[in-house]
Amino acid sequence: MPRRDDLRKILLIGSGPIIIGQACEFDYSGTQGAKALAAEGYEVILVNSNPATIMTDPELAYRTYVEPLDVPTLTAILEQERPDAILPTLGGQTALNLALALDAAGVLARLGIELIGASPAAIRKAEDRALFKAAMERIGLTCPRSGHVKSVEEARALAETSGPWGAPLGYPVIVRPSFTLGGTGGGIAFRPEELEAKVRWAIEQSPTHETLIEESVLGWKEFELEVIRDKADNFIVVCSIENIDPMGVHTGDSITCAPSMTLTDREYQKLRNAARAVMTEIGVETGGSNVQFAVNPEDGRFVVIEMNPRVSRSSALASKATGYPIAKIAAKLAVGYRLDELTNDITGTSAAFEPTIDYVVVKWPRFAFEKFPGADRRLGPQMKSVGEVMSIGRTFAEALQKAARSLETGRDGLESLLGKVDYRQLGSDPNQARDMLMDAPREPSVPVEMPPPSHEDLVAALEKIVGVPVADRLFYVADAVRLGIPLESLYEATRIDRWFLSQIDRIVRFERTLAEVAKEKGALDERTLRDAKRLGFSDRSIARLIGRTEDEVRALRMTLGVRAVFGRVDTCAAEFVAKTPYLYSTYERESEAAPSGRRKVIILGGGPNRIGQGIEFDYCCVHAAFALRDLGFETIMVNCNPETVSTDYDTSDRLYFEPLTFEDVLSICDEERKDGELVGVVVQYGGQTPLKLSVPLARAGVPILGTPADAIDRAEDRGRFDALLTKLGLKRPRAAVASSVEEAIEAARSIGYPVLVRPSYVLGGRAMMICHEEKELEAYTHAAVEAAREAGTHTILVDEFLKDAIEVDVDALGDGREVVIGGVMQHIEEAGIHSGDSSCVLPPHSLPLEVVASIEEQSRQLALELGVIGLMNVQFAVKGGTIYVLEVNPRASRTVPFVSKATGRPLAKIAAQVMAGKTLAELGITDGVMPQHVAVKESVFPFAKFPGVDTQLGPEMRSTGEVMGIAPTFAHAFGKALRASGMQLPNTGCAFISVKNDDKPAACVIARRLRALGFTILATSGTAQALARARIPATPINKVNEGSPHVVDAMKAGQVSLVVNTTVGARSIRDSYPIRRNALLANVPYFTTMAAAMAAVDVLEASAHDARASYRVRSLQEWNPST
Amino acid sequence: MSGERAYLCLADGTTFEGVAWGAPGIATGEVVFTTGMTGYQEVLTDPSYCGQIVTMTAPQIGNTGINRDDDESTTGAPHVAGFLVRDLSPVAANFRASETLDAYLARHGIVALAGIDTRLLTRTLRDRGSQNGAIGKASPEELIRRAREAPSMEGLDLAQRVTPKEPYVWTEGSGAFGTKVPGAHAANKHVVCVDLGIKRNILRSLVDVGCRVTVVPAKTTAAEILDLAPDGVFVSNGPGDPAAVSYAIDTVRGLVGKKPLFGICLGHQILALAMGGRTYKLKFGHRGINQPVKDLDTGRIEITTQNHGFAVDLASLEGKARTTHVHLNDGTSEGLDLPGLSAFSVQYHPEAAAGPHDALYLFERFVRRMEEAARS
Repeated sequence: MPRRDDLRKILLIGSGPIIIGQACEFDYSGTQGAKALAAEGYEVILVNSNPATIMTDPELAYRTYVEPLDVPTLTAILEQERPDAILPTLGGQTALNLALALDAAGVLARLGIELIGASPAAIRKAEDRALFKAAMERIGLTCPRSGHVKSVEEARALAETSGPWGAPLGYPVIVRPSFTLGGTGGGIAFRPEELEAKVRWAIEQSPTHETLIEESVLGWKEFELEVIRDKADNFIVVCSIENIDPMGVHTGDSITCAPSMTLTDREYQKLRNAARAVMTEIGVETGGSNVQFAVNPEDGRFVVIEMNPRVSRSSALASKATGYPIAKIAAKLAVGYRLDELTNDITGTSAAFEPTIDYVVVKWPRFAFEKFPGADRRLGPQMKSVGEVMSIGRTFAEALQKAARSLETGRDGLESLLGKVDYRQLGSDPNQARDMLMDAPREPSVPVEMPPPSHEDLVAALEKIVGVPVADRLFYVADAVRLGIPLESLYEATRIDRWFLSQIDRIVRFERTLAEVAKEKGALDERTLRDAKRLGFSDRSIARLIGRTEDEVRALRMTLGVRAVFGRVDTCAAEFVAKTPYLYSTYERESEAAPSGRRKVIILGGGPNRIGQGIEFDYCCVHAAFALRDLGFETIMVNCNPETVSTDYDTSDRLYFEPLTFEDVLSICDEERKDGELVGVVVQYGGQTPLKLSVPLARAGVPILGTPADAIDRAEDRGRFDALLTKLGLKRPRAAVASSVEEAIEAARSIGYPVLVRPSYVLGGRAMMICHEEKELEAYTHAAVEAAREAGTHTILVDEFLKDAIEVDVDALGDGREVVIGGVMQHIEEAGIHSGDSSCVLPPHSLPLEVVASIEEQSRQLALELGVIGLMNVQFAVKGGTIYVLEVNPRASRTVPFVSKATGRPLAKIAAQVMAGKTLAELGITDGVMPQHVAVKESVFPFAKFPGVDTQLGPEMRSTGEVMGIAPTFAHAFGKALRASGMQLPNTGCAFISVKNDDKPAACVIARRLRALGFTILATSGTAQALARARIPATPINKVNEGSPHVVDAMKAGQVSLVVNTTVGARSIRDSYPIRRNALLANVPYFTTMAAAMAAVDVLEASAHDARASYRVRSLQEWNPST
Repeated sequence: MSGERAYLCLADGTTFEGVAWGAPGIATGEVVFTTGMTGYQEVLTDPSYCGQIVTMTAPQIGNTGINRDDDESTTGAPHVAGFLVRDLSPVAANFRASETLDAYLARHGIVALAGIDTRLLTRTLRDRGSQNGAIGKASPEELIRRAREAPSMEGLDLAQRVTPKEPYVWTEGSGAFGTKVPGAHAANKHVVCVDLGIKRNILRSLVDVGCRVTVVPAKTTAAEILDLAPDGVFVSNGPGDPAAVSYAIDTVRGLVGKKPLFGICLGHQILALAMGGRTYKLKFGHRGINQPVKDLDTGRIEITTQNHGFAVDLASLEGKARTTHVHLNDGTSEGLDLPGLSAFSVQYHPEAAAGPHDALYLFERFVRRMEEAARS
């Protein structure tokens, strides 16, 4: 059954913005799919609302639509393009749901479009929990007992009195809302009193307002099988994955390893047989799926937890873990091929086999709780991590420690937190222990001076803590081992399999060996050092354990000849010769790296996704690889993020799946320098991660490509930056540097409030805050000093805050002589909202032309003065006609992909060519592009995942992803962007307005315009009075603290369809918290800045004028015809 | 784990350093690798590995210890000559485990090494071919000498070392923790198994499909087997060079056409030899549980368990037997059928153990062949 010739045009649906539970793994799968289908000669039509993706690069598809992922938009695209088929299995839950909706709406039938990869019936059977359970029972497999409920009462009956199976489920019970992504809204009710809140939350989160109440298999072992089936019923398991955290923690939040470690063959084959039966029964005819199982460690009984009839985060992991490209194969199977007709690229043998690996892979999730004070940090059925790393080692211990240092959370391995974490306090932390849904976070308790904890205190605290799954639990477990808590007690407390505990024990015991040997012999011998490296200890860890420096350990290693070698990921455990250089470091005898004699460039990736450093940087790295390959360089990628396109083995010529630490990167440079010429390392594309390595690498003699490391320092160092601006005659807000609370207060006094405070050298506005008064500043500065220390610096910056200023972002290209502006973006929200969180418009929609021209000129001067070779981003603020320079970053910025998609000019690609020595003139880039359309970027937030967290925007970045709206006018573009971000603006209804005093004039304008659109207005007393004075009719309503009936009552009754709420001061923010939280819960559009609210009214007016305009679609190829 | 330094030396002089565990002493044999990530207990006890020093390419071995159910030898004893792993588990973490791997090998006198760069070893064997080696706590010079003295696998009849002395009846099925051949079975056919080193799961699978099983020693003649009045005869897997088991080839020649016949692995090679085909030694064999085999009749792919160093020369079968299965990667012979003579065989292991259960249906096919023969 070869390629289907009856298909000509195939539409691929992407997964939309990066959100928790759906990240760049779907850019990876979509990109692979698009490439595979195009290579087969199909016309690929691509739809995704996320501009920061490789898949939406215009070269990758015949037509690329960056449009909202909703039924009306897709319908318009389908009508315009008339594809023969849709492949919905590579775009996550979003694509699958959208395909089902299109089918249900009759669009597919009407237009005669086929769903390939998975049929609607198969998708429904897999996704609908009741259908799925029935299907499993038909084939003799067991699922946990469960029932669907639509109310708390029904849930209580199932849990406590009786179920269809006779007996109640008993506590704990798992609450799993139907049809939500990444387990959103799910939870565990351990006790009767927890049930109501959990069920209520789940029902609210579910689009069908129902939830499953499920028997708990907490503490069972959890496994996933990544499987592929073709039309001829050929079936293979690509990879088994074992969760180190047992059942109870979402698999996306679990530390996992591949292959499974604790199953005998008999147990494993039972799961394999079951997975095969599941695939056949569900009817996935072509493609990759994943099946999850829970296995009782006491007797081996297993239950099926769920299956996904599509590629997933786990299949991306499985592809990277084995070298088997699941998405590519799935795409080819979907167009008719059989597995045995396809080839394994790595070995040249058949694709119809099961990969086997001779190393261990560990995936470790990365969390961002520090961004969400008040969030429940406990892990459960709802995913909370924002990214992940993968590591490869020849032993589990090696892989585990490599993963720990890949995370970039300041850990060099499975190191001790004793002395860093106050376990005694952690054990009694009110936020740690509380169970919150709707309550505002509790005030952190004031630290009390306590005597240092005794050994007994620590043991008692840790015994309690390790039972609760949290982000750092494995570190806590290791500390428990260090304190001598027996492994068997730890097993009872954690249910982490004894084998994993034995490996942690082994690492901990070797720490002691290292210290002892160093003490006895004065230095480490070759064998001890080699053993340490084989257990994954980094030079820094070893240095700390033996009281030396990293450089000393490295020097000793070189002297003793203990050097990293590189193994190949080859899908076959060396049975066949691997043709692809996909490499990992380890400590064995012989390196398989085989560096070439070519001129080569190493590109350092961005590491794990986190807030502030996400897919945008991976996009840039991939472009660097493509551009430099085109110029004839050998491209070498280094990264540790398994979700990404950059870690696809065919993105660059060579791939090193390695932690982005100085030690690991230098080992790679050493290896690559054995042959050929290492022209340089690209550090400016992967965000802060590689940038931090630029100075140490340069010092170690590694050539850095593009902008010199010193320029980075000149832009970051406050004193040098001031001198630079003074030299150029540019303005900046008044500012000062402080290294203590006292200095900060002193500085703020001289600058005048409000001030913006932040640690230097951090990305994403970490610990950044606007302080309106001294009390606030004092309370806050402690945290800022702490965050600064984490980032490895001691200074915090205190800036004048330009209230109500308009912020502007500029991305520019420089070659050292010429500078070309890539794009000027005006932020919609006023100054004070982190640039990564605010929406922005290209070209600026309300700035005078001469201001834009001046901003461009200032950017040019800055780039020339800094000697930028490559990319640069500048942030400006415009207030009262004056332009202030806020920040300059001589590196790729978060907005590079957006600008590239909006203008059609691939900035990252051009900059890479410039770094490699081309001039802008040679590349024909002489002037900026001025698009005739408008593009708006809107941010997407994970608030729904974090009950108890305020949704108010501020200077600390909290968005996880972005979408783009593109249209002929600002209003329509913004409307599209809002829709793409998930916000459905109402046409009419009741708008609730409650604003701070400064915003009251603007509130009057908004209210008047809303009234004209047919809205009624509800307002709190102060705002209502202001409206009354302006003769705008409004119904006053109580604030929450004024008593019922108040605004939240009205919201809960469904009477509010739009919320405009601005606040100032801690008290007012706290008081209005329930309004924002309820708006989020009820999916009511809400605006916390006047500028955004005003822009939203523009959208409402525009769509009232022409309702169809914002559903008109055009491809990027048409918007930017020159590209 | 003793932690004492020990070596693996190949006959070509290549030396690997490791740490000794298991039993003390020196072991020699043909060094081979197997790529299965699960099933080390099955590997250790598979009689086909007799005389071989086996390397697991999967690095973490011993994690689930040793249990009482998963032995593949009918005696319960391991058959490998030696065992090489990258990393040995300090614990036996499984509810079925009765002892650690280390204790088990020590108890059975099997020499083992850990800490070996098994990937480099595998690449060495892949590139240069399987060869003899010696392992233990001796000097590399000593071990190289021992490796060179060890007999070559070619021409070696190892079936004699693993076959039973006397015939016996087998009644055990797959049991509580095994996977049964799917479907309902009430065949009640009498099968005589020629045991050249038979794996226990073959016997269990035959019982599962409803067979009464009599196991006979390797040198049992065709006449002796016919005297047992079987409905069908099974020729088992086993170690060594198929060409060296001439007595079994004669036996099979005497049975073909008289009784339905089913052969696995060595049994496949023997059937081919009995029909006038040839066998040859592969460079490094097929050993693993991920080997893709294509069923030429249905076009379907089976992921199979394999463990063989010799193969049937496909060309030599032309006009003598129908090829039913081939290896998807190298096109080597994986199955043959003699339709008129009611005999068939496969090179791979449908009984799995360890490995996927994709091909369990072959045991049913054997029963159907016996039923057809009874009818005609």
